[in-house]
Amino acid sequence: MRIEYNFAFFDEGSKREIRRATLKAVAIPGYQVPFASREMPIARGWGTGGLQLTLSLVGKEDILKVIDQGSDESVNAVNIKKLITKTTGIKVTDETSEATIIQSRHRIPEIPLQAGQILVLQVPLPEPLRYYEPSELETKKLHAEQEYSGAWLMLFEQIMNYGTMSTGADHPAMVHDRYVMAPSPIPRFDNPKLNHSQALILLGAGREKKVYAVPPYTRVESLAFEDFSFEVEGFKNKYCGLCGAKEVFLDEMLDDLTGETFYQCNDTSYCLQRLNQKSAG
Amino acid sequence: MIKFEQPVLSINNLNKQFGKGCPSCKGSNEDSLKKNYCPVCGTVYACQNIMFEVYAGEILGVVGESGSGKSTLMQCLYFDQEVSSGEAYISSYKDGKTDVFAESSQQKRYIRNHMMGKVYQNPLLGLRINFTSIGNIAEKLIAAGNRHVGKMEARGKELLEHVNIPIYRMKEAPKNFSGGMQQRVQIAKALSNNPPLLLLDEVTTGLDLSVQASVLDLIKTIQRELQITVVIVSHDLGVIRMLADRTMVMLDGRIIEQGLTDQILEDPQHGYTQHLVQSLL
Repeated sequence: MRIEYNFAFFDEGSKREIRRATLKAVAIPGYQVPFASREMPIARGWGTGGLQLTLSLVGKEDILKVIDQGSDESVNAVNIKKLITKTTGIKVTDETSEATIIQSRHRIPEIPLQAGQILVLQVPLPEPLRYYEPSELETKKLHAEQEYSGAWLMLFEQIMNYGTMSTGADHPAMVHDRYVMAPSPIPRFDNPKLNHSQALILLGAGREKKVYAVPPYTRVESLAFEDFSFEVEGFKNKYCGLCGAKEVFLDEMLDDLTGETFYQCNDTSYCLQRLNQKSAG
Repeated sequence: MIKFEQPVLSINNLNKQFGKGCPSCKGSNEDSLKKNYCPVCGTVYACQNIMFEVYAGEILGVVGESGSGKSTLMQCLYFDQEVSSGEAYISSYKDGKTDVFAESSQQKRYIRNHMMGKVYQNPLLGLRINFTSIGNIAEKLIAAGNRHVGKMEARGKELLEHVNIPIYRMKEAPKNFSGGMQQRVQIAKALSNNPPLLLLDEVTTGLDLSVQASVLDLIKTIQRELQITVVIVSHDLGVIRMLADRTMVMLDGRIIEQGLTDQILEDPQHGYTQHLVQSLL
């Protein structure tokens, strides 16, 4: 027996509720809006927040791209794509510029996002002060009073222990000079892309039941000290072993036979696009 | 014309009650209460009509038995507890003309971060026990707006040296320290912003006699050097005799006697104070 689902899986009431939370998030950049996170056919912690945002926003004309740590073809990305296309019938793409909604786990695509596009990021821990203050009530107060010494203190601790800010990902950022936000575990390399982004950026945490947003052209500043400025991961003199791209986020790989280290674009569709251009030209 | 010095801290009619009160205890005289507790509704009147002033460079001692309201008074002064009624004026805040109890929680936090330091009886309340010692000091500096790691590190080292914590242990978490060392880290943290007012709540309770003596010596030395105003709470008259210029005696949430420490200890007027002094001798 074939089960018939609503368009985009949810009933209309659910979609409306999530869209209402999303609107509030857009109206208050960086503020974590609580929402009634639904049970989804994928496990919590596997992108349910992002998936719910995507399903609440998707329309028949939309074109969807889903990436998981830069890859369009990973199991998680493929499963999410399947669920959305089966319940909506919309077109999917690997090309960043063609997509209207891009759901991503832990990366912002290399190709700059355009006005009218929506980037949906999956967030495991939306609270940037969680490791400083375990109580939800207290962190709410800290946000309300704009008291972010905890976020700075955690960076100070890293500098004391390791000599540098050691956030590999999820480096906290100040949004619109008001709220400090956890930008989901995107690498530091992607943090500058949040600043004055032309696309709307939505962040959804299904397990933690929070939605927040960076509206287009919003100021997003990564936290840093006067004498320890924010720096992205450096890939100086390194390039992609396949397409030759420089100044992109690269994965470090090890050649099994020679034992040599080489690098490859993390954003697979970007790499493929460059390879196609090369072979065509 | 004689000019009178403005007090650093002035408290006017401070009341703090736990519970809503009932017709039998509201507005009734103190005799209808069993001590400071209403046997009908269970309301505790922890502080009642507290009034005092502390002047620059002075050490005010607060003594009394357990449950007399000393620590609640300190919690109210440091905004850890909301007062039920009353006014407080701090000379360094808006020229001492604004009631700080009536300010917003954001302003209270500002006052606490810039103008006060507190050392708790329990180091777990005053320290982030898993963060580095220098990080604990930096927390207060960051909260006051410092964003220069080098300067904060230098200040932290200076303070740790001052309280006799070896610099090579500055990156250790206070959880690895002895009780006396934890208290000293707390003192360093409380002094980090050069606050005009320092609140000490039973700082030596639970420490052995030799450590008690070293902590008290330290407080006295620092107070003399920096000319800070101190309010110290203790149930140990020995501590009060050693440190305080003036002393207030509390019983059942009320101040029953106050005056110069020598006068209180040598010529106590109130029956309870006489009993207290007798117990010491």
